[in-house]
Amino acid sequence: MAPAAPMGRGGSRAAPAAAAPPWHVLPDEVWEHAFSFLPADSDRGAAAAACRSWLRAERRSRRRLAVANCYAASPQDAVDRFPAVRAVEVKGKPHFADFGLVPPAWGAAAAPWVAAAADGWPLLEEISFKRMVVTDDCLEMIAASFRNFQVLRLVSCEGFSTAGLAAIAAGCRNLRELDLQENEIEDCSIHWLSLFPESFTSLVTLNFSCLEGDVNITVLERLVTRCHNLKTLKLNNAIPLDKLANLLRKAPQIVELGTGRFSADYHPDLFSKLEAAFAGCKSLRRLSGAWDAVPEYLPAFYCVCDGLTSLNLSYTTVRGPELIKFISRCKKLQLLWVMDLIEDRGLAVVASSCNKLQELRVFPSAPFDAAEQVSLTERGLVDVSASCPMLESVLYFCRRMTNEALITIAKNRPNFTCFRLCIIEPHTPDYTTHQPLDAGFSAIVESCKGLRRLSVSGLLTDIVFKSIGAHADRLEMLSIAFAGNSDLGLHYILSGCKSLKKLEIRDCPFGDKPLLANAAKLETMRSLWMSTCSLTLGACRQLARKMPRLSVEVMNDPRRRCPLDSLTDESPVETLYVYRTIAGPRFDTPACVQIV
Amino acid sequence: MLVETERSSTESSAASGLDFEDTALTLTLRLPGSAPAPPAVASLSSSSSSAFPDADRKCASSDADPDRSSLLAASSDAAPAPKARVVGWPPVRSYRKNALAGVAGSSKANQAAKFVKVAVDGAPYLRKVDLQAYAGYDQLLRALQDKFFSHFTIRKFADDERKLVDAVNGTEYVPTYEDKDGDWMLVGDVPWK
Repeated sequence: MAPAAPMGRGGSRAAPAAAAPPWHVLPDEVWEHAFSFLPADSDRGAAAAACRSWLRAERRSRRRLAVANCYAASPQDAVDRFPAVRAVEVKGKPHFADFGLVPPAWGAAAAPWVAAAADGWPLLEEISFKRMVVTDDCLEMIAASFRNFQVLRLVSCEGFSTAGLAAIAAGCRNLRELDLQENEIEDCSIHWLSLFPESFTSLVTLNFSCLEGDVNITVLERLVTRCHNLKTLKLNNAIPLDKLANLLRKAPQIVELGTGRFSADYHPDLFSKLEAAFAGCKSLRRLSGAWDAVPEYLPAFYCVCDGLTSLNLSYTTVRGPELIKFISRCKKLQLLWVMDLIEDRGLAVVASSCNKLQELRVFPSAPFDAAEQVSLTERGLVDVSASCPMLESVLYFCRRMTNEALITIAKNRPNFTCFRLCIIEPHTPDYTTHQPLDAGFSAIVESCKGLRRLSVSGLLTDIVFKSIGAHADRLEMLSIAFAGNSDLGLHYILSGCKSLKKLEIRDCPFGDKPLLANAAKLETMRSLWMSTCSLTLGACRQLARKMPRLSVEVMNDPRRRCPLDSLTDESPVETLYVYRTIAGPRFDTPACVQIV
Repeated sequence: MLVETERSSTESSAASGLDFEDTALTLTLRLPGSAPAPPAVASLSSSSSSAFPDADRKCASSDADPDRSSLLAASSDAAPAPKARVVGWPPVRSYRKNALAGVAGSSKANQAAKFVKVAVDGAPYLRKVDLQAYAGYDQLLRALQDKFFSHFTIRKFADDERKLVDAVNGTEYVPTYEDKDGDWMLVGDVPWK
């Protein structure tokens, strides 16, 4: 008979063997396989929206899930929709929590996520939490619930102790990665490292650099010795220099090393020992740590400089010539994080030596001390952006800037994807012309068409926001502080910036009008943070009424006791945090946070 | 749509998020969210040390260490006085802040270590100690003991004074140093700083 009809009927009569079924009746497994080639979650999401059968195939085959806001959906929503997830990443508190602007006990508890995962994803292998409150109970539940658990990554989290780590060590037989980045971990003096069984050899990544307390070095040595696949080892401050040398000899295959406290009085014997140990690490590509690095020991690293692609010396207080000499030998560097102690002359050397540089971050050594002046100015950034053609990501703390420098930088490097400039003193103008830095930042957004992340600083008027709104089409995250002069500034941003996902604002004179006028925009974004602006409670209430799919959180000074309900519409709002959600209002807010 | 160009009303300082009780004395120049300061703001801030000595004293007690207060009386091109801190600015992660504080120690200065040579009579080679690493003479003594442990130990005398004593025959060692005038001085007379 005729081949199967285009209507997709299964057909009771078999088509001739040569005719293939039409594409839209292909079985789910074929679609799942096709979707596995889609690079981004957003692509998968788009595919899932095409039709019901694609939705079914996509969600049932999704293996990796990233929840960028833990309150955007409930854990149960996530488990129900994507039952086959093997790796989940959840982010909690807003970015400004890093700088102390979010009240304590705000929320972002990991427990509901762990509980839902334990129930719905027994085959879960990877968990990443960022800016969340993770308790020891969570860690114990993780260790007990997932028989093939392999990767635990905790970034900027708090709420747990070494007791929780002990549960992970003891319970996760197949653990490959334990990656603890910048967490606050309570030290219960439990020797958690000892709880990895002698038969345990699967570790590939071990990062405990943020742990304050001591570790048993003998146990660590044995662990490192038997884990032959160990590629990443990041130590904490408790490991003395001579023990570092021993560890390196036991793990010469290491690719990434965090040295911890790289400091001791100079000893020629120890120097030779270290030098020899590093010479054996032929695969070492990424280096970090060196917190109290004594300059005399830096040459011990020289033999690995040739191969280094990533160097994080942002906690190293070594200055001047030794630092520059060291970095200039690292000709293959792609990532460099340093303190401003490198100064302009150091960056000039970086510019000429490290042509493959892609990411540069320069951190302030004395951010709160205006008296401690370091000679790091706009000059350094201009030099690097002129000579490093692959530079695309910058974080730069400095004390002065000019429009001319920014314009030059913009012309030299139209390929920036991330540009974050922090001029330390608020409202600082161009120091040569005393003009606002509007022209400079405008040049950046006009030239860098692929810019995805931008942080502005210095003296800025509404004009710069007009440029940003009009030109920054790919911008996804924008951070603004002490800038603008009227509601227009915020209006330009919210009515422009087509791709904006996250907007965080502090200490700007932006009020109710642009917020309400652009309410619909907020639903296309992940979140909006506004603190110390000119908002009133009435506008927030109005916004919440108008946009039921947004959660409008108002936070006031925790020391102020009166409940929000009793306040009038005219009351000023200290902090507003708005985010889209399908989960409705959350119930775990502390007293100073209220959902209006 | 919006056509207004006037500045919107600014926050009162009570709701500004600053976490200290100082009055508007110093804050009028730097109230967050206020209209941008006139172009002369850069020079105004640097002269604030002389214009507002009271607030500077309050600031000094809250964050800067006492050493810095001597800078406040300096000449016009002196560094600006330690400003009252705005919460969460500059945007440095608390993890990094704590790490910086730990590394820099109480002096908040990022100086290179102050290494000095130490020679002991009868020892085959000299050692170097970092004076920055110790908070007082006691710690220095203990460090010297660690380095030259084969030579002497610290014995506590009846009047609570600690002295370096030879481990073998009990004779006392006296730490001395050569100052910039070339004179040999007994360690311990001058205040540690």
